[in-house]
Parts: sequence; C-alpha cells; structure tokens
Amino acid sequence: MTLVLTKHFAEPKLHELETYRRLGGYKALEKALGLPRAAILEEVKTSNLRGLGGAGFPTGMKWSTVPPEDKVPGPRYVVVNCDESEPGCYKDRVLVERDPHQLIEGLLIASYVIGSKDSFIFIRGEYQTQYEILEKALDEARKAGLVGKDILGKGFDCDILLMRGAGAYISGLDTALLETMEGKKAWPRQPPPFPTVAGLMAKPTVVNNVETLSMLPHIVENGGEWFAKLGVPKSGGTLLLSISGHVEKPGVYEFPMGVKLRDALAAAGGVRAGHKLKGVIPGGTSMPPLMEKDLDIALDFDSVRAAGTFLGAGGMIVLDETADAVEVAHNIERFLAHESCGQCTPCREGSFWTEEILERVLHGDGVPADLENLPRVGENITGRVICALGDTVGMVIRGYMTRYPDDFKKRISNGQKG
Amino acid sequence: MAKRVKFKLNGTEVEADEGRLVIDAAKDAGVEIPHYCYHPALGNPGNCRMCIVEVAGAPKPQVSCRLPVKEGLDVKSDSPAAKRAQASALELHLVNHPLDCPVCDQSGECGLQDYYMKIGRYQSQVREDKQHKGKRVEAGPHVMLDQERCILCTRCTRFVDDVTKTHELGIFRRGHTEAVELTPGKVLDNDYSGNVVDICPVGALTDRDFRYQVRVWYLDKTDSVCPGCSRGCNISIHTNTKRTWHNQGHRVARLKPRHSEVNGYWMCDEGRYGYRPLDEGRLGKVLRLTPERAELSWEAAAVELAARLKDGGSKGLAVAASGMLSNEDWAALKDLFPAAKLYFTAEPDQVGAEDALLKRREKVPNLKGAEALGLKSGSFDDLAKDLESGKVSGLWIVERDLTKVWGAERAKALIGKAGFSVFQGPNKGGTGELASYRLPATAYAEETGRFTNFEGRVQEYRKALDPIGSARPDHEIFGLVKAALTGAALEAAA
Repeated sequence: MTLVLTKHFAEPKLHELETYRRLGGYKALEKALGLPRAAILEEVKTSNLRGLGGAGFPTGMKWSTVPPEDKVPGPRYVVVNCDESEPGCYKDRVLVERDPHQLIEGLLIASYVIGSKDSFIFIRGEYQTQYEILEKALDEARKAGLVGKDILGKGFDCDILLMRGAGAYISGLDTALLETMEGKKAWPRQPPPFPTVAGLMAKPTVVNNVETLSMLPHIVENGGEWFAKLGVPKSGGTLLLSISGHVEKPGVYEFPMGVKLRDALAAAGGVRAGHKLKGVIPGGTSMPPLMEKDLDIALDFDSVRAAGTFLGAGGMIVLDETADAVEVAHNIERFLAHESCGQCTPCREGSFWTEEILERVLHGDGVPADLENLPRVGENITGRVICALGDTVGMVIRGYMTRYPDDFKKRISNGQKG
Repeated sequence: MAKRVKFKLNGTEVEADEGRLVIDAAKDAGVEIPHYCYHPALGNPGNCRMCIVEVAGAPKPQVSCRLPVKEGLDVKSDSPAAKRAQASALELHLVNHPLDCPVCDQSGECGLQDYYMKIGRYQSQVREDKQHKGKRVEAGPHVMLDQERCILCTRCTRFVDDVTKTHELGIFRRGHTEAVELTPGKVLDNDYSGNVVDICPVGALTDRDFRYQVRVWYLDKTDSVCPGCSRGCNISIHTNTKRTWHNQGHRVARLKPRHSEVNGYWMCDEGRYGYRPLDEGRLGKVLRLTPERAELSWEAAAVELAARLKDGGSKGLAVAASGMLSNEDWAALKDLFPAAKLYFTAEPDQVGAEDALLKRREKVPNLKGAEALGLKSGSFDDLAKDLESGKVSGLWIVERDLTKVWGAERAKALIGKAGFSVFQGPNKGGTGELASYRLPATAYAEETGRFTNFEGRVQEYRKALDPIGSARPDHEIFGLVKAALTGAALEAAA
C-alpha cells in the first residue's frame, strides 16, 4: 500500500525544515517553479484530486474556473481552509502538527499556479498548538527563502499569512470563512458568484483544504497519472480517515481512495471486543451512518454517496450496539443548533426545533406525533436553506429515524432507551 | 435596454427583461410571491426562504428573489410543492414567534398574519417552549424593538447600513439566540429612523409615537404630499375618525411614506412626526379681534374686509405669506392682491438642515408654485421697515407665524403699526392673537390641492379630513373677499 501524506510520519522531527528537506522536501516546489503554470494545472486535472475538505469537488476543475489575469487583472488569492471543526474529524490537525512544511509546499505550488502573491492559512481558533507549529514552520520557510520574495531564486513572490478563527463551526464553509477573514459575521454567501470568481475582498480566490493542498507536492513530483492510479477512476490518490468511537485503535489512517469500509475498520482494530457494529458515521457527524450491510462499499466520494450518505471529510465514528440512536441524533442536532449561523430561517429555527423535540423525546415526554413531525421538519429544512449546515440538520434526523426506527418508537412509547 | 425574453410563470407565458429577478417579474405580471427579507430598495439576501418556487429542471426549489429571468425558464410559485415549501418556511418563522398579536401594534398589517391566512392555515405542531429575548428595547426616540417578534430578515440592519449609513442596528450572536440589537454605544436616532418601522414586516420594530394608540383596521388612508419641505415626499395620511376616543382624541394617527420617484420608499422623521399641528392649536372661528372682539360669519367678515381694503386702497397693502400655500391658493392670492407687496421667502423660520437623501433646506412645500406664477417676494427686513415708518395701510398674513420671523415682541409692535391686519391660517401660532382679524384656514390634510416641488413637479394632495369649524381653504377665503370687493354674489364665490 502506497502512503502519500503520512509516509514520513515516523520521523520524530518531521515538522522541522531541516528534516523535511533532508527527506526531499521543497524539491517539488523547485520543480514546479520551473514548469509552466498550465502544465501543473493539467497534472492536477489528470490526478483526479478531489477536495478533501468534504465536498469532493475536483480540484483541477475548481482552479480552472479562476478567470485568467488578462481578463480579470488584479490580485487573486489562495486560502487554506484549516478550520477543521466537524466533530469526528482531526486529520488536518495531524497533518499540520506532523508535517506543516508539506502543507506550505503544497500551498506555494497552488499559489504559483493560481498567481497568488498573498496566500492565507485560516486555522480554527481552538488549534493553538497547531497554530504555533505552523507559525514556527512559516518563520523557518521565510528565513530559508521559501516564502516571500523571489522564492528559490525563481522570481516567484508569495507571502503566507496565518489567520485564526474565533470558534464558529460555520467558518469552515468556504464562503463563511471568507466573510470571517474580511472581519464580518460568519454568514455563508450564496453563489453565484463563486469564490474563484469573487472571493476574498471580491477577488478571485481558491479555497482548498489542508489535506488537498498537502497532496500537491506529491502530484508534482510523481505526476498526475501516478496519483490517479492510487485511487478509483473518478477520485485519485489516497485519503485520511480519522477513525474514532467504538473501535480498538482509534486514530488517523491513510488508505487508498476507495478502500473497503470493512478494511478501514479492520485497520483500526475493529469494533471493540465483545460488541456488535451498529453503524458507522462516514464523514463527520453531519452525515447519516452507514450500516452493517454497507461493510463492503468502497470509501470514495461517489460510492458513499450512492449508499445514501457522504464521505465528507473522513471523520469516521464507529457506533456499537450500546449507542442509542435517539441520544446520538440529539447530540448531533444539539451541536448543529448551537452552530447554526442564524442567517436563514429554516436552519436557524429548524435546528432549534429539532433539538428541542429530541430533548423532550429523550426525557421520556415524546408523543406519537413526534414520529411524523420530526422527519417532516427535517424535510422542510434540507434543500431549502443557504448552505450545507442547514441541509445536514434535516439529513441527520431523517437519516437516524430511517435507519433506527425502533430506537425512536421505543423511546416514545415507554421512555426507554432503544 | 435589457433584452426582453419569455418565460413561463405558473404555466402562463410572461415577458420580462432578461436578468430581472423572478420575484419582480412575477409582481409585474400580477403574481405576488410571499417574501420578508427581499425589499426592492434593500436587496435580496435570500435569508427568509419564503419566496421559494419550483423551477423545472432544478434539483431543488429556488428562492425567486435570487433567480434571474432567462429565456425559457419555467417557474411555478403556486404548485402544490411550491405552496408547501412556502407554508413550511412560514411555519419555521413562527416556531419562536411569541404570537402576541392581541397586544401587537402590527396586527392587521403583519406579514406573518397575512401569509398565515394566505398560504398557512395549518395546525401548529409546536409543543416546545419558545426562546425569550428582549420585549421592550428602546432602540431610539421613535422606535421600540421587540426581539422576540423579530424574524431576523435584516431589512432594518440593511437600511441603517446601506441607506443612512449610520449602522445603529446589527444582528448579534448566532443561531436561535440571535437578535437585532443596538450597536454598542449607539442609539437609533438618525433623521430617517422611522423608516425601519415601515420596512419591518412584523411587529419587531414599532413606532413609539403610534404604539397602543389605535388599531390599524380603524384607520383610513389618504394619498397626500408631505408639506415639510420642498421635496414633496409622497405620503399617506392615516386618520382615525371611527373611534374618536382612541388615539388621544386626535384624528391623524400617523404619516407613512408612499413609494414614488420623488422619495423612493422613505420619508424623514421630521416630516413623519410633524403632523401634530393638524390636531393641535387649530383655528375654527372667523373672528374680529379689534377694535371689538366678535365672531363673524364668512359673509360679514368678507364685507368688512372688503371695506377695509377699499378704504385704504390696495396701495400700501402688504401680504406676508409662505410656501405653505397651494398652487390654487397662490393663484387666488395673485387675483385678490394684484398690486400688493408680497413677502414669502423662507427666512430662518422656514429653513433648516438638508441632506443628500431627501431633506431640503426650505421647510415649506411650495415656493416653486409662487415662482411659477411670476410672484416676487420682498425681504422681510423691508417689510419691517415699511411697517415701522407707517407705510403699510393693511397687512394680510397668510399661513405665516411672524413671531418666528421677527420674535414675539417685535412682531407684536410691527403688526400694530399697520392700518389693519388679518391673520389667516390653520393654526393660531404666535401671530393669531396679534392681528385685527383672524380667519380659519384648512390644513393641507383637509383640502385637495397641488404643490410644485423644488424640481418643478406638480403633485396633488387629497382631502383626508373634514375642516375644523368654519375653516376654508385659503383660495376660497381669497375668493370670498374678492367677491365682496367686486360686488359679486358671495355664494357664487364660495
């Protein structure tokens, strides 16, 4: 099995520039700066790299929508989305902690292709240690002439600014992140225009996830074809899963894109001893769970979608039979209600209402009408809102009620745990 | 010129400019799509999700306030699915709404009530407790904020951000705990603050002046023009004559802006709250004050005044008027006093602040009407000099409070030097006691007439109320006197 991002994770001082360079770091940047920008873009397209922040949008296609400089002159930006806030996801944290230079190198390559002279890393406020690691790595890179003016003597200028979030989950959504960066309330924008056309300060802006950008040095080094072959036909490379919950060995694991769910679980030591699998949340808590019958599906964006849920950002949470679907759904809906930005009505009111109903059901005060009302409210939110957070409010409640109807019926009829 | 394209709305082919928002194009075609956040002058944030429609070929319903018209678009705003989506958006708006309609001033003109009756009519499924927030937040001198009733459509915050650029209001916190609040250190006290009450689709922002005075369904509404300055904002006068014991016995309950090219959707607070004189300090009797005080009929007064005019001849006669007169009044005044010296410029008593939005420097509506008739005004300083030196045989004062021009003492002394004096106007003011005759005139709300605004635009204002007592429009009063002068039948003149 080929490891791409975590290949050198056993190196104790990988986060230091010296170690990173000793292991071949920044060679890809040097190579990239000697290539025409269009050639790198072609490689990225060939690689079938998709956005690993959750949406799975083809990266090369996203980059191609940035208007060329002769049509839209002026600055353009690349922004790293390191606002990893989805419960269950912690792979970006590990990537930043262990290998910050891999991200910086990837960001510089992206900035070169896009033409960004000022790039940004937006990191969630709670990632204090990771912020310090990144800050130190950036200092090292700057001193070594890897960030700033005339990088590696190749005439390319690019500075990188580190910005910290203030703790809103919604800032992890690209357009809300851009609003936050502009000093505004984190209210998602409604495209069109998309950020690649009018993003940060209304300038063309590419927002990419940490993991996505960290792949770039490897694509430049080994070619798009090599990368594409690591994965499945429409999604190349590898993916990181942050596996947690009722497994023996929780942690961040790298797999080829399209790994079988069964194999991913096995790598994490399987369901904890003496217990049975109840479900697997594939991509972070916003996604409805996969069931035991889904153990043989391939974990890639399109296959998981075909199974009725989303791969998301690979924050896999494993549930065994001790988990009660009402409690799980309540926990997630409470989170979503707390994090709803409040811009659009269906999400603001619907997430609150869903949480309140579940709270009542949880305390044994459910009424039979709740069994119809909960999914009805969910249906009225999903697809009627501004952004994906609202969509998930309905998706989660409907997802759990369809998959575990007995847990809900039992709790409502006698107040007992399912 | 935008390209005209055809699209389908509820199965009917409609023509519209390419790129026009579907919600607007539908309105042009007579189809009202429910909405709260969208306002033609404040943009389309698309946050209320009420204007949701079905679009053929789209995977999910779309909000029509962000959907541009293009050739061949097939939109349904009244299909069962679209109506269900709109009703469910309304249901979610009401999850945390307090439903305190019985004590809410917005009742009767509330977007939540209206749409509930139109597209809602479902049985409530809410069994949960509602969020509690501030019920009586004093936003400013004119506006009261109820955060519980607020549906967070952001119209008011966009108004203070984009129109007045004063930023007194903002949306604070997030999710269901979110609320409209005053920006720290600020008070909603700009010259246009009352407009946030008009644009609030619910009862969250209410007018402190109008709160608890009268139910809106008792009000009559008449198209009018604001007489507060030379802009001539189009307004609607809301009067309460059905329940005379409400609204503190006052007939005029409030003024509201009426959408027009002149003023857009707005009016200033000075104009909005300047309606008290319509009910306070009014004149209703025709009086001779000196030499001996007596109430006169219009006929008797006209005869007496005609005699005084003949007596002194129109030579030496001065008329002090103001831009409060209508075009009709100016014409009658010109006709009655062809040789008199006229004084009507806006002195410091009738000028004030102007701004880039609506407010004009001259705080009277119709100086332009006098100009259009070729009337010329002398200066009030010259009038004072003429009075001082005894050159004025008669002084006719029309809708002008000279105590505000000259100060009370000086005005009294100067008016006393005229051979005779007439005060004619709707309100007594400081000058009402100083003249030898006092004639009650109707206020603008009690007559139909025309003002010519600073741009030269002639605008009609309509009669909203009956006159007080014997009051008559200025031009009728001038007509009566003219008839008495020429010996024509008084009835015909009236």
